[in-house]
Order: sequence, then structure tokens, then C-alpha cells
Amino acid sequence: MAWFRKSGRKRVETADSDLWTICPSCSAHIYKQEWEDGLKVCPKCNYHARIGCTERRDLIIDKGTWREYAAHVTTSDPLDFSDAKGPYKEKAAAAKAKTGLKESVLTGDGKIGGIPVSMAIMDFRFLGGSLSGGCGEKITLTAEHAGRHRWPFIIFSASGGARMHEGIVSLMQMAKTCAAIARLNDLGVPFISVLTDPTTGGVSASYAMMGDINIAEPRALIGFAGRRVIEQTIKQKLPDDFQTAEYLLEHGFVDHIVSRKDMKEFLHRVLQYGKRR
Amino acid sequence: MALDFEKPLEEIESRIAELRRLNEKSDADFDTEIAALEKKLRSTSKRVYSRIGSWETVQIARHAERPLLRDYIAGLCSEFLELHGDRCFGDDQGIIGGFATLRQHRVMIIGHQKGKTVEEKIKANFGMASPDGYRKAMRLMNLAAKYKLPIVSFIDTPGAYPGLEAEARGQAEAIARNLTEMSKLPVPVIVVVTGEGGSGGAIGIGVGNVVLMLSNAVYSVISPEGCAAILWRDKEKAPEAAAALKITAEDLTKLGIVDEIIPEPTGGAHRNAEGTIETVGDTIVKHLRRLKRMSARRLIDQRYDKYSKIGRFKKK
Repeated sequence: MAWFRKSGRKRVETADSDLWTICPSCSAHIYKQEWEDGLKVCPKCNYHARIGCTERRDLIIDKGTWREYAAHVTTSDPLDFSDAKGPYKEKAAAAKAKTGLKESVLTGDGKIGGIPVSMAIMDFRFLGGSLSGGCGEKITLTAEHAGRHRWPFIIFSASGGARMHEGIVSLMQMAKTCAAIARLNDLGVPFISVLTDPTTGGVSASYAMMGDINIAEPRALIGFAGRRVIEQTIKQKLPDDFQTAEYLLEHGFVDHIVSRKDMKEFLHRVLQYGKRR
Repeated sequence: MALDFEKPLEEIESRIAELRRLNEKSDADFDTEIAALEKKLRSTSKRVYSRIGSWETVQIARHAERPLLRDYIAGLCSEFLELHGDRCFGDDQGIIGGFATLRQHRVMIIGHQKGKTVEEKIKANFGMASPDGYRKAMRLMNLAAKYKLPIVSFIDTPGAYPGLEAEARGQAEAIARNLTEMSKLPVPVIVVVTGEGGSGGAIGIGVGNVVLMLSNAVYSVISPEGCAAILWRDKEKAPEAAAALKITAEDLTKLGIVDEIIPEPTGGAHRNAEGTIETVGDTIVKHLRRLKRMSARRLIDQRYDKYSKIGRFKKK
């Protein structure tokens, strides 16, 4: 369950010109202005590029209604882990400096079209959006918070899976977060899961698949095992659309594929049905 | 079959065996030599096993002669009524289960089965279950809840099967659902990690009120080889990765994940399978007696608290 894996997509190249962005999926050159105006969705291939958690929040939550929750939770180093590149502590510090975040998920509450919700938004830039003790703790605390207020809970996933540097502690977060989701189910509190690129490994095999409704962004990579691992195991080439949002829809694991520009409105529609009566 | 680090012991053992053969065949008397070698064997054995690290433990946990689920069932249960199928697709052999009478206690046993012979291994897919296996396990656990039977879950898997069909049928969903539903089971759940606790494939049937672990079992978020390939960019660094990942029973006890370590004989469970199986049985029964006295509500709350404590953030 690596927290990063090669998705087969080309690396993001930096265009020389300030004018152009290169689509990470199809390598088309897009005017930077058009790319930004289109919410980082490629007009040529409809790939929904990875975006940060605050950017995502601003697209979904009504202006001025967001309040961060469990903001004090940050990374810890339960194993005192070091690898070939050095201590995990340094790696985590670098991720914090780079992103300005304290963990791989932003949690809080706000309103969607006037409906109060709790929300957890994962950020792939922070150590591949990996599920760690801190990340699992934030999601669990926020789910419990949602339960107390009877607010619908929404998770936007973007993660390569469990964070290896926290070993078994990160694996156990799968059980911890799912138990929190189970409590919401008991309370009749809606839980909506949005799977964005990528949602793999331990995150796909825990809360991300457990939504009352599972929604995916177009062409997002979603799956349990990595493509290379599967190819090495079964000694076959996999179909091109394998583990895409569209493949998951076809196989019955997501309810809808929703474009970024339509996501807020779609969530609002769904939330109408989950209102407490 | 000796592991690499056991080679010095194997050499002494084979020389003792050779002298014994000579003793029988001829009139020559090698008793003094044998006695000397046996003494050497004991001291070497002490030295070898006192120095074993995480990587050596991984090898013991994967040992070909290590007792498997069916050995535990045969040794501990007067009856095992195996139940088959997930009612969706098939009857995975990587996870088996059924009603069992374990030392007079009626329970539901589920667990990974790796297989001993080549045929069995292939049938069981080396203990790597597909979604069908996880769904069968959940079906049996829900049945246990209905009949108010405690659940004993045996964990021994390299991981959930990474295959095309497994993905197409929802490996991720099957594991996620088990994690969610196991948290709400109104009956005692005892988890025993007997060999390899391989990541999501292990936790997928591993949410318990109590987690027991054999002293030479391992439990990890990723295999040491997999971790080495990613973080060291070199599979040969698996021993370093094994140590860094903190995967032994002792490590997991310190981290608050394992509740009790079940001791194995020196060298591993396979050196005295019968004895190990008995100790496992004693430990399970001890916890069964305790947990059977708890109400459904208390069992659910205690299980929730056990997991919500793991990774709880403490302000420094």
C-alpha cells in the first residue's frame, strides 16, 4: 500500500512560457488562463488535475462559512522511522513547509447552498495524501463532530494509500476511520464520499468506498492494488481504462461521475434527500 | 528445513545424526563426541536465537512448516463445520470459516488458509484472498452475530490478492465494508495473528476486541520487500525495511496494537507445533471467558475505543 505510485501518466512538465500549462494526462498545451478558468480540467481530454485542499474547499463551501476543525492535529513519528533518504521527521517537516499544511487532510465545517456539513479534504501534495495517524485522527474527530451535530459528512479523497513511515499505526487508521463511519450510519447521518485522482490502497479500502453515495471525478485513478503489482502478479497487460472512475462506475462501485464545475450543485441535490425530517 | 541464519545449527545437527548412524551400524562408540556436539548445539542455539532481528522473524513467520489454520482447527476443535460461499460470486479458499467447538466453546472461526502442499497452496492462492473471501468472512461474522457466537479470526496472509478480477469485483470495497461492519459486531471478536499479517488483507478480517499475536508472527502495512523497493529503491534492503517498519509482536505491543504475545518454542512454532497450538488454545479460551461476560454494547464500545486510541494525537 504505497502512498505514491506511478500512475502511468506523464510527469507534469513545467512549460517554459508563463502562458502555457501542459496537461499532465494528454500533454496538450493549454493557455494558462484557460486552464485556471476551467478549474484545472483539461479541455482536450477532460482530465481533472489534482488540486489542493483549500482550492477544493473554496469550490464547494459557501463563502465565509468555513470553520476549521481539529486543526491542532499534526504529524507524529510513532516508529521513529528513517529510510535511505533520512528521517521521516525531516520529510514531514519538508511537506509542511512546502504546503503550509500540518497533515494530509483539511477538516472542518461549513455550508453548501445553506446546508451545514462537515468535511474532510485530502491533499495529495502532502506526502501523497497518505493516510497517517494524524490524518486518521482528523477524519475520525471530524466524523464524531458531524455525528454530534447531525451534519452530513463529506470526504474528498486524494491519496496513494497508507503512509509507510507510520507503519502499522497507519494501517490501523483504516479500521479507526471506518468505525467512525459506522457510527454515523447508526445515527442516520449522511456520509458522502468523493473520490478524486488518485484514490488507491488503504484509503480506497476504507472510508472512500463506504459512502452512502460514492462520487468520482472524471478519469480519476481508483483502485486497491497498484497497476504494476497487478501486472507482475498476473503477467498480463491491463486494459487502458482499468481502475479509472469510468471503470468503477461500470463495475458498480461508484454512483456517479461528476465534473468539478458541477460538484457543488450535485452535492447540494444529494443533501436534500439526506435532510433530517 | 533450516533458514539461512540457522545454518550453523543445521551443520551441528547433521553431524550428530551422522555419528548416531555410525553408532548403530558399527561397534564404534561415539557417545562422548555426540554429547559434546549436543552441548555445542545448545550454546550455538542460544546464541543464534538471542540475536534474531525483524528480518529473521519474517522468515520464521513464513516458514513452510509453520502451523496453519487447519492445523489449529484440527488441534483445538472437537468439531468444525465448514461453511462455504459468499452468496455473491464464489467460495474463496484463501479465507475459510465455519462453526467450531473450540475446547467446549461454540464459536465461529474464520481465517486465512495458506495451504501446505502445492495443490493446496494453489487452491488457497497462497492465502491471498479475493473479495469473495472477505465477503464470505463477513457473511459468517454476521451469522455469528445472529447466533450470538463469539468470533475467532486467524490471520496469516501475505496480503489481499492483487489481481484484475479481484479489482473488478471490488477488493477495496470488500475490505472497507468488513472494517465498517466488524466495528459494530455485538459479539466478542478475538483476533490471532499466527503468521504473516499482510496489510489490508490482514486488517480486512482483523478488527477485534482483543488482538493476540504469536511471538514470531509479523504484522505490517507493507511487506519489507515492497517497502524496500519504494523507500530504498532496492529490494535487497528488505532487512533494513523490516527493522524500520516495527513489525514484530514486541513492537506492536509497545505501539498498543497487540494485547498479548503468545510465546513460541525457541526457533519458532514449527519446532513444536502441537505445543504451540495448545498455548494458542489456552490463550484464546482465557480471553473468551473474559469477553463472554461483556454486554453487546460494551463489546462494541470497547472495540471502538481500542482503535480510536491508535494514532490519537497528544499535544506535546
